[in-house]
Amino acid sequence: MNARAALAVTFFPFHGGVHPPEHKDESSGSPIVAGPIPATLVVPLHQSIGNMAKALVNVGDHVLKGQMIAAADGTVSAAVHAPTSGRVVSISPQRVPHPSGLLEYCITIESDGEDRWIDRNRFDWRNADGRAIRDYLRDMGVVGLGGAVFPSHLKIGGAKDGLDTLVINAAECEPFITCDDRLMRERASQVVEGIKILQALLQAREVLIGVEDNKPEAIDAMRAAIAGCDFKIEVVVVPTLYPSGGAKQLIKLLTNKEVPSGVRSTDLGVQCFNVATVYTIYRAIEHGEPVISRVVTLTGNVDRPGNVDALIGTPIADLLAFAGNKADSDSYIYGGPMMGFEIPGTDVGLSKAGNCIIAKSSGLFPAKPAEMPCIRCGKCADACPAELQPMDLYWFGKSKNFGKAQERNLFDCIECGACAYVCPSNIQLVDYFRFSKSEIWAAEKSKKAADQARERHEFRQFREEREKRERAERLAAKAAQKHDAAAASSDPADAERAAKIKAAMERAAAKKAEAAAAQVAADPITPLDPDATAVPVAEAVSAPAPEPAPVSQLDPEKAERIRAAMEKRAAEKAELEAMSPEEKAAREAEKKAKIEAAMAAAAAKKAAKAAEAAKAQGDQADGPGA
Amino acid sequence: MLTFTLAIAIMAILAILLGAVLGWAAIKYKVDEDPLVDKIDAILPQTQCGQCGFPGCKPYATAIANEEADINRCPPGGEDGIRKLADLLGKEFKALNAENGEEKAKAVAVIDEDTCIGCTLCIQACPVDAIVGAAKHLHTIVSSECTGCELCIAPCPVDCISMQTVGETVSTWKWRYPVIPLTVKAAA
Repeated sequence: MNARAALAVTFFPFHGGVHPPEHKDESSGSPIVAGPIPATLVVPLHQSIGNMAKALVNVGDHVLKGQMIAAADGTVSAAVHAPTSGRVVSISPQRVPHPSGLLEYCITIESDGEDRWIDRNRFDWRNADGRAIRDYLRDMGVVGLGGAVFPSHLKIGGAKDGLDTLVINAAECEPFITCDDRLMRERASQVVEGIKILQALLQAREVLIGVEDNKPEAIDAMRAAIAGCDFKIEVVVVPTLYPSGGAKQLIKLLTNKEVPSGVRSTDLGVQCFNVATVYTIYRAIEHGEPVISRVVTLTGNVDRPGNVDALIGTPIADLLAFAGNKADSDSYIYGGPMMGFEIPGTDVGLSKAGNCIIAKSSGLFPAKPAEMPCIRCGKCADACPAELQPMDLYWFGKSKNFGKAQERNLFDCIECGACAYVCPSNIQLVDYFRFSKSEIWAAEKSKKAADQARERHEFRQFREEREKRERAERLAAKAAQKHDAAAASSDPADAERAAKIKAAMERAAAKKAEAAAAQVAADPITPLDPDATAVPVAEAVSAPAPEPAPVSQLDPEKAERIRAAMEKRAAEKAELEAMSPEEKAAREAEKKAKIEAAMAAAAAKKAAKAAEAAKAQGDQADGPGA
Repeated sequence: MLTFTLAIAIMAILAILLGAVLGWAAIKYKVDEDPLVDKIDAILPQTQCGQCGFPGCKPYATAIANEEADINRCPPGGEDGIRKLADLLGKEFKALNAENGEEKAKAVAVIDEDTCIGCTLCIQACPVDAIVGAAKHLHTIVSSECTGCELCIAPCPVDCISMQTVGETVSTWKWRYPVIPLTVKAAA
């Protein structure tokens, strides 16, 4: 093993932790090399927490290196840029680095080999307000490169009275990964420039850089680079203990502040940034370079393990070929061996989250022994850095008792895998925790959808009631108007006629009631009659007596008018009912003919469209942004 | 004698006082709606599909609360929903009543825009106002609001509405229950 750096006593240990074999020496010895420019790049559109970016280009467009090809969609999102110059050949769902192996939208770019940059301008951040800086970082696609890909612009400008401590996460605690180590060794001055920008933006009173003691060269380089800083800054060396690079664990190590469950570190005056993120912030602001590449560790079962400055979107197969993949590699881990996952295939493109790719072989990673029953030895609880009781969470997850798991703070689990590492029964505890978490999330999502549906349904019922009431009121008002007019021009003949009409109406109403009863029995549905159509079941039951309700609220005079209006309407209907069967049949036939004509027209239209679509299918564009 | 009267008087005053407190509490903390109906309604999936034989989820919840309906009549809620209802009401779990339909994967309605004649019948049938359109104009379904109740399918005179199953995406994907592969050891 390498020489340990001198430990200062300025750290505060966190609970638990494990120390798996480091495997860092394989890849940490050689300098970062520029990665290959592949023939085609597959750039995923969803490269940050939150919304998928919206494509800005079309298939066939020529793009320049650094050109924004997808814009952030909403606040929690980040832009995506072309990693090299070339032509957009497709915008379509493809496999992405995700454990599901499902498809997600990607922009495929065929590189032209020129690698020609777009015009780059320095951003004058000192004279820009907070909002402009945040928008700039979002449009530069700056996200947390430690693996969580949280959009960095959301972490800036929260605290008004400044930050107590800015923590720079350079612990890099997972085995195999050395990309941050090499970055600090070779580009320490640029990292420190980035820290200066962040310190100014966040008004941090103190900056602490946490580095594990297995990176002595990086520590020396950083200590030399921070010499000229005019604020309080310190490189704190912490012991090599996984997972010291977890945000909460590192904050505890450096500041002795424990972030309670459900509280953000910002509320305690602490903000944590990964060292690679700080570097990209510097490149974005001072050089106008968006995040189009990242340092990625290629290690494991390869001939030339090392660190590569690879373009985002480079197919993993190209990276593996670059590092000299050995023939007996059987699968590939994306991320570290503790928290990473196996990629569904080597055709996926590198994303901003990809800090390490490990080629697995049966020699390097022997098959896991069979899982045995839990003996409740408590070793997992001793190892858990979040101070949880993994054996209980396992038990609840296995029995699908998710409520209990949540009560035991399942969501404080950072899925570091320390518990599974120490388990003498070889139980893959984290798998159960991930399973429980995603089940709980899915249940919450469907609960939300149900609440929304309930709200919309209740509003619809309310609206239907209101419409009915309003209609009745309108009719009443109209009837009243007529009544007044009739009263004004009353002459005996009119009165006589009115009396006759009234009598006829009453007769008709009685007839109508009879006919309606008969019809309900015979034919409950007459779909195209506008008054009878599709009365929703809900309405029928929830509002059994709809008419009298509004009437009862009005004064007697108005009520009288409404009744008159209703009687008139009933008479109209009765007239219809009283029609001779032939007339009725004629009307029905007319209606049916109309419907048939409409259907025939629709069918013809559809056939024409189908023919057209079949013709057009060949050259159809295939993307949401196309 | 005096002690006896005094005791009676004290007891009477106490009774009146406590009675008043209870009466006040009954008015002050009155619960208008049956809280059980709301609890049941919270478990039901709110598709408002009417497959249970009641016109919506709330009426079914009310019927369950009044012991007028069984707990196994909701196909969209599925087995999981029946289990939750059984837990809440302290009843035995029952398999889904086949008469009410069967459990299906979540689907949303989709209107074939080439066939739609703009008759508005589906708009009137949709219980959650998830269909937009106007008379003689093309209708379309807001899929994020669609509960998959299928109530719009029957009224359509040109049969242009179909149900499409909602597939799994990267954002809705769930980690599977860990399965331990069994390996058979050859006998020595």
